[in-house]
Amino acid sequence: MAGSGNSEVKLLGAWASPYVARARIALNLKEVQYEFLEEQFGTKSELLLKSNPIYKKIPVLIHDDKPICESLIIVQYIDEVWVSSGPALMPADAYDRALHRFWAVYIDDKFVPALFGMMRAPTEEAKAESKEQALASLQLLEEAFGKISKGKPFFGGDTIGYLDVALGAFVGWMKAFEEMNGFKLLDDAKTPLLCAWAENFCNNEVVGAVIPETAKLVELAKVMQARFKNAPPAN
Amino acid sequence: MASEKGVMLLDFWVSPFGQRARIALAEKGVEYEYKEENLRDKSELLLKSNPIHKKIPVLIHDGKPICESLIIVQYIDETWSDKAPLLPSDPYQRAQARFWADFVDKKVFECGGKLWKLKGEEQEAAKTEMIEILQILEAQLGDKKYFGGDIFGFVDVAFVPFTSWFYSYETCANFSVEEVAPKIVKWAKRCMERESVEKTLPDPKKVYEFVRYLKKRFGIE
Repeated sequence: MAGSGNSEVKLLGAWASPYVARARIALNLKEVQYEFLEEQFGTKSELLLKSNPIYKKIPVLIHDDKPICESLIIVQYIDEVWVSSGPALMPADAYDRALHRFWAVYIDDKFVPALFGMMRAPTEEAKAESKEQALASLQLLEEAFGKISKGKPFFGGDTIGYLDVALGAFVGWMKAFEEMNGFKLLDDAKTPLLCAWAENFCNNEVVGAVIPETAKLVELAKVMQARFKNAPPAN
Repeated sequence: MASEKGVMLLDFWVSPFGQRARIALAEKGVEYEYKEENLRDKSELLLKSNPIHKKIPVLIHDGKPICESLIIVQYIDETWSDKAPLLPSDPYQRAQARFWADFVDKKVFECGGKLWKLKGEEQEAAKTEMIEILQILEAQLGDKKYFGGDIFGFVDVAFVPFTSWFYSYETCANFSVEEVAPKIVKWAKRCMERESVEKTLPDPKKVYEFVRYLKKRFGIE
């Protein structure tokens, strides 16, 4: 059993959040027992406001009462604390680590805003722009996968690594958008490596338990879209 | 490029992001070749080394490029790990250091830009935001010598380049960093006692000249 004797691990999150999914996948991969505290959509608990006063956002990992914020930082923390449990998420080589980190930041800065831009964009023109940016990002990630995986199933090689978690947590939402918009984000013709990768990723037992069902995400997306139509998005 | 042995840094003199890399390299005593880029006419090497963003800084180590300043600093810390550790060894302290370096990334540069780009009410709002950011950072520093405690660390490296911009922020937006965040000013002075920082950071007056040049170029006055 991983984790020191009496260590207490809590995760503040929400079932649909892909950022939360990153933390959950990492915890599961490291076989860490934790309590999942679900935040209600539209409200923020006292504990959340106390644990993440700067951003007031989920996920927050609370380990022995100490909060850790920002999903990518949380994943690295989990990898470093539960170092003897399961394979390392971060590559061993410093240059490979830099590559994983670079693409994880790229995903957050370029890919994710484009992905959710397709839902949030106020005009058809803006939506089309987001779609183009999302597809272009995935093309770059396809090339990156080719170089980084070196013929193995994951960015991390034989096993799921940091960059797999960073991108893989969004596969559920990618499938939801594909269904809602009637086009493929991951395409056998254009991004064959990522298609195979996504399947391998989702087939992993601990991952499968975390990625929400596409149907549920589609339902949630419709609710959120209605809200965005009725009120300006507040972030 | 051929697998050339050695370390090269593609940079631009006034960039606080490039200065992070330079300070880290200096702290570690790493010899490297410095190449100043003309950002209005980017070199082949830059475009080839950072095709995704086409931005500086880029660290090239034995022919392999590393991009994004905080990623570069971590790479430097991990590769030349025999001296001057920038990240603490405790995972929780590391997470905290990453969080605050990321906070500097998310907040300081963009807000700083607003201070010289905007006027009137919008500038006032940006000023209020910058004061808040400085005070949050001051609270985080507390009475410590550095953000890293006794050790000049990751967050110090991430934030200290912006101290040469304080004069520009103050002059454009009419406020005093010393008044709103005196501990930050004292910390900045302590950092300047380090050779790595003192040799790297430009004169704040030169930075202000650069800001004035940008304002002219973008027609802001």
